[in-house]
Amino acid sequence: MGSLDIVHLKKSYGSVQVLNDINLSIEKGGFLVLVGPSGCGKSTLLNTIAGLEPISGGEIRIAGRDVSELKPADRDIAMVFQSYALYPTMTVAQNIAFGLEMRKVPKPEREAAVKRVAETLQITHLLDRKPSQLSGGQRQRVAMGRALTRNPQVFLFDEPLSNLDAKLRVDMRTEIKRLHERLKTTIVYVTHDQIEAMTLATKIAVLKGGVLQQFGTPGEIYDNPANLFVAEFMGSPSMNLVRAGVDPDGAAVTLARGGEPLRLPVKAGRILAGYCGREIIVGIRPEAITEPRTENGADPSVVVSDFRIDVVEPTGADVYAISELGGRQAIGRCSAGYPIRAGQTARLAIHTDKIVYFDPKTEERIG
Amino acid sequence: MTDLSLIPREEAVAGSRAPVFARAALYAILILFSVYYLLPLFVMVVNSLKPLSEIQQGNMLALPRDWTLAPWLSAWDQAQIGIQATGLAPYFWNSIKMVVPAVLIATVLGAVNGYVLTKWRFPGHRIVFGLMLFSCFIPFQIVLIPMARVLGLIGLAGTTPGLVLVHVVYGLGFTTLFFRNYYEAFPNELIRAAEMDGAGFWQIFTRILLPSSGPIIVVTVIWQFTNVWNDFLFGASFASPQSQPITVALNNLVNSSTGVREYNVHFAGAILAALPTLLVYVVAGRYFVRGLMAGAVKG
Repeated sequence: MGSLDIVHLKKSYGSVQVLNDINLSIEKGGFLVLVGPSGCGKSTLLNTIAGLEPISGGEIRIAGRDVSELKPADRDIAMVFQSYALYPTMTVAQNIAFGLEMRKVPKPEREAAVKRVAETLQITHLLDRKPSQLSGGQRQRVAMGRALTRNPQVFLFDEPLSNLDAKLRVDMRTEIKRLHERLKTTIVYVTHDQIEAMTLATKIAVLKGGVLQQFGTPGEIYDNPANLFVAEFMGSPSMNLVRAGVDPDGAAVTLARGGEPLRLPVKAGRILAGYCGREIIVGIRPEAITEPRTENGADPSVVVSDFRIDVVEPTGADVYAISELGGRQAIGRCSAGYPIRAGQTARLAIHTDKIVYFDPKTEERIG
Repeated sequence: MTDLSLIPREEAVAGSRAPVFARAALYAILILFSVYYLLPLFVMVVNSLKPLSEIQQGNMLALPRDWTLAPWLSAWDQAQIGIQATGLAPYFWNSIKMVVPAVLIATVLGAVNGYVLTKWRFPGHRIVFGLMLFSCFIPFQIVLIPMARVLGLIGLAGTTPGLVLVHVVYGLGFTTLFFRNYYEAFPNELIRAAEMDGAGFWQIFTRILLPSSGPIIVVTVIWQFTNVWNDFLFGASFASPQSQPITVALNNLVNSSTGVREYNVHFAGAILAALPTLLVYVVAGRYFVRGLMAGAVKG
């Protein structure tokens, strides 16, 4: 297992720049997830790491070695493809052993490796079957097995779960996570699903339009999104982004709504300097708008107020309360037992220490 | 709303009679056309099994009264071909010696071309493919004289290898087209996966692509076999008397009869000349349609 560093990476097709000055690094044993909407360049980035597409500038280092000019086979990496790309005419065992065979590993060693991997992935009983005789989840396992046999420096996963149905996807997600924790492999994983990104990653890179928007731990990305795009993209339901006026002293923001405006203090000891008296965008996660609890009664950062509830969406575990805030539909998340009804008012508590502020022009986070 | 409930009942009444009638009409037409297409073969088979005297009496459609294999034996190794009474046998082997290498070489080259044109694209690959496609549309007659000159220059004039070369060159456009279209639909991710597994150019071809190419190989072999076996023009133009293929020999058999025309021997000879292609269709025909469809429809 090795580390991966991407330094000032650029990639363009003719005059179209698809990756613009990407800088990333993941330590040995880390799990890097590249996430973004379709067309953001995440798959292209993965392909450049794999060596399937040449880069136009910068450097890719695997375990400290510059591999930018090397062929895919010489980079000491393995890849799991979106379509699994299992060789249709070979059995599962032959599929798994193919990479070793091409590297001229002697047969007894190959067989031992296949056996070891098959046991790890619990596919021993499938070894003699052809890929066409396997279910989606089984094919997924075989594809991972093929990557695992070679013990490479870095594993690359290209949207590996997108072809599975919803239930299986969650199971396989857990399985990949467990596998990563057990084998301590370095993984680069591409997905457009922000939940996959949050659950699997040790580091997340959010991309949009070939530009790296933010690179950080899942916690950093979730709590302190670098800009409006990241704030909206990560999290489900997504962050409430509403316009608010900053007080002249910069210590509180005021949000317009149907009745009395809502005044929320800025985190203690902090001032929105430079934005005093101006309009900004306030980002509040749904779980920061919730039912008042007795234990935070004296907490000055928790603001309790009456809200007129427009829609109630029970999900089983939670109830989403939708109310108008700053001219937009804001969504709050209460526990299932909290009695709220559409058309009535309810008391909700806003945890202002979880609020993030954005510049409406640059769309970047303030501070 | 009331008329809605009436419609199904009317349809049901008409429906019970219509399928029977339609079926009957369909079968009648099918049988008619089968007879129409099978009649020539029937005439050839029955007359090849009659003594000549029965044919001369005039009833070509009647079954033989005296069944005989003599016309077949005569056509095979006794009949007069041109000036020699060798039968068709030596020319049959000439054709085999020409067809087998011509089919194999053109198929292998077509497969490699298709592989390169889809999976290892190079600048100008479209133009190269366009030119190869263009060769499919050049009439044989146009190249007769230049080809004769080339064969003369490289010392293959009048030989079986010369004929093989001509057929390979002519077949290449088609075999390339077949394989290119087939491989176009072959998932690129498989090639990339093999690349990452460390397989090289030829390993990807022989281990990944070729094992999946069964249907298109069958199509190409049938196509190429039929064309080369049935070719008359190149055989008549470029072969010496010793290397003539069976099509040319059949022509000589029919044209060189002195005195009595032995129709029964001619019929037997014609069937002999057509047998190999018939055999190829019977053995591999069911893969033919499957393979033709494979490039056209994805998945």
